[in-house]
Amino acid sequence: MHFQLTEDQRALQAGLREVLTRHEPDWAELAEVGLFTLRVPEERDGIGLGLPEAVLAFEEAGRALVRGPLVGTELAATLGRGTAEFVAVPARGPLLVPHLPELSCLLLRERDGSVTVVPAGAIHARPARAVDPQRPLWELTGPPPEGERCTDAEAARLTAEGTLLTAALQCGLAARALAEAVRHAGRREQFGQPIGAFQAVQHLCADMLARAELARVAVYAAAVSADAEEIAGAKLLADEAAVHNARDCLQVHGGMGFTWEAPVHLLLKRAWAWEQAVADRDSCLDALAGHL
Amino acid sequence: MQLQDTPAEADFRRRLREWLGKTLPELPPPPDPSDWPGRRAFDTQWQRRLFDAGYAGIHWPVDAGGRGASPSEHLIFLEETEHAGAPYVGASFVGLLHAGPTIAAEGSPDQRARFLPPILRGDEIWCQGFSEPGAGSDLAALRTKAVRDGDSYVVSGSKIWTSHAEVADWCELLVRTDPDAPKHKGITWLAMNMDAPGVTVRPLRTLAGTTEFAELFLDEVRIPVANRVGEENDGWRVTMVTLSFERGTAFASEAVACRREVRELARVARAEGAWDDLELRRALAALSAEFAALWRLVQWNVSEASADGVPGAGGSVFKLRFSEARQRLYDLAARVVGADALVEGAWTAQRLQGLSYTIAAGTSQIQRNIVAQRILGLPKGR
Ligand SMILES: Cc1cc2nc3c(=O)[nH]c(=O)nc-3n(C[C@H](O)[C@H](O)[C@H](O)COP(=O)(O)OP(=O)(O)OC[C@H]3O[C@@H](n4cnc5c(N)ncnc54)[C@H](O)[C@@H]3O)c2cc1C
Repeated sequence: MHFQLTEDQRALQAGLREVLTRHEPDWAELAEVGLFTLRVPEERDGIGLGLPEAVLAFEEAGRALVRGPLVGTELAATLGRGTAEFVAVPARGPLLVPHLPELSCLLLRERDGSVTVVPAGAIHARPARAVDPQRPLWELTGPPPEGERCTDAEAARLTAEGTLLTAALQCGLAARALAEAVRHAGRREQFGQPIGAFQAVQHLCADMLARAELARVAVYAAAVSADAEEIAGAKLLADEAAVHNARDCLQVHGGMGFTWEAPVHLLLKRAWAWEQAVADRDSCLDALAGHL
Repeated sequence: MQLQDTPAEADFRRRLREWLGKTLPELPPPPDPSDWPGRRAFDTQWQRRLFDAGYAGIHWPVDAGGRGASPSEHLIFLEETEHAGAPYVGASFVGLLHAGPTIAAEGSPDQRARFLPPILRGDEIWCQGFSEPGAGSDLAALRTKAVRDGDSYVVSGSKIWTSHAEVADWCELLVRTDPDAPKHKGITWLAMNMDAPGVTVRPLRTLAGTTEFAELFLDEVRIPVANRVGEENDGWRVTMVTLSFERGTAFASEAVACRREVRELARVARAEGAWDDLELRRALAALSAEFAALWRLVQWNVSEASADGVPGAGGSVFKLRFSEARQRLYDLAARVVGADALVEGAWTAQRLQGLSYTIAAGTSQIQRNIVAQRILGLPKGR
């Protein structure tokens, strides 16, 4: 057992962080750096790496709050398809599809666990007013069109991997929220000293680190083991870390956090969206309970 | 990143499992928690068995009497012994996980030869005399004083919360050797024989009803200078070495224990009908994910330390999350067993004992201070 990043994995992580934080990359650039073809075999023009590398890459995408149908497109690439979203039929509320006009297909997961590949052009939908301004939503106006049904094994794989990659995005987001909070706490002065010197603020930040670290290690381990139970647990912890850290980050920013002036609200809104994406809290919990 | 056993590790795991399968059924039933002499006898007998089989001090250096096993093998040992339901280190805790490693790292060759073998064999039990009535979280405020007199220190003062003191042979004692030096500079680390004249042990009854720990009164106790580990007045640095072992893997096997306990609680919940309660079932599921992740965090931390020798953020993070999660587990157990939670029983005993987790070995507030200031680099308040 050696549960640490390899040299190559570190290099991948550092390289992507460089690219994704220098400026906001457009879709072509993301494809160019191989974000969607990391796991596609080399003979099919991919990079031929594994799930752990994809997780590291998606953690960086989450940290940079990259927009677009990231997870679905990565999964679709393993099926030889184009731009895609992975959408699970929710327990309550309408069926919402993010980024619909940009998609070539939809990976649609039914409540019974089956997954169908639906051509995006055949979907009837109207725009909905999305909470997250960088993740526009369309609401289906009728039943989803017929698609190509995946085998059960394929459906299980797509769901597990989609859950894990979304968890990786959340880990990056959680770490970003912590970094923003620490930066602000070190600069903003009240009562004649940086607010980061107050223990109440320090303890908020310490809990943020603890959440982010535990989730990160859980996601890495799940990427190595590719075990469905471990993946469900990792998503649960990553969602908790992202949502809670974004919330605490907002608190540390005070009134500034409640405005559009600071990017904090974008972190929270995205964390909420990714929390519902692929496997939501309840389905992760029920999956885990099933293993107990 | 990889989590698989190497062939050598798999072989180690298989042999250990075989040995545990053969040895555990031969053990007598564990004693009552309040029977300290009984607990000492039980724990030291188990330690002796480990020693005879070559599993004592598994990760200690070979020249300190250990097996010199790799960090991975150490984790396999913790995982397998816990899975098999082997006894907990118990009374041997301080010797094996604190004092022993400290002496191995900081002691003289004579001290290593004198103190380490009896710890490994289970012949001698240690306790930890750090805290004082006026020095808890602020450990460096300790006042127990030691005055040099020829070949001895003459020590007077008192210690509190000293776990296992009733049955201990030795105490890792922190004393103040220079009352005029700055707080952290005048401290010295001594090995004190508990049978020395002037040592009085007064057991304290915990809220769980046991006598887990005691007060120590030290009245002109003579401790040979030869029992000083590290230099005079350099005890704070030695103490940090001790505490790094405490925050290192000292609680690691308990993370495995918690995974077992969650499964056990799920079994009880099914039997008691509590499993039909969706909210409760999901709360248990969430805890199972947390304990699984905590074990992964142990593996991550140990791998990280073996790469560059420096423990990462993980020690305090683990302590913080683990102690709070484990308390939630026992609160949940109380909901599973319902009215029975008000009657003394196994889960209730755990629940009571568990109240100490966020206090002992550095409170959760102190762990948060450490994370914020040492890891995140936030400024100290004025
Ligand atoms: C079961 C058990 C076994 C123990 N075994 C041993 C042993 O074998 N040997 C030994 O030496 N000690 C032992 N201890 C002592 C333990 O290390 C101390 O209890 C612990 O460090 C806290 O100190 P205290 O009890 O004096 O609490 P205090 O330090 O008085 O703390 C009281 C409260 O104030 C908070 N607080 C204090 N300072 C700060 C701060 N700077 N910032 C924020 N909050 C703060 C604490 O978090 C806590 O909530 C044991 C304790 C327990 C419960």
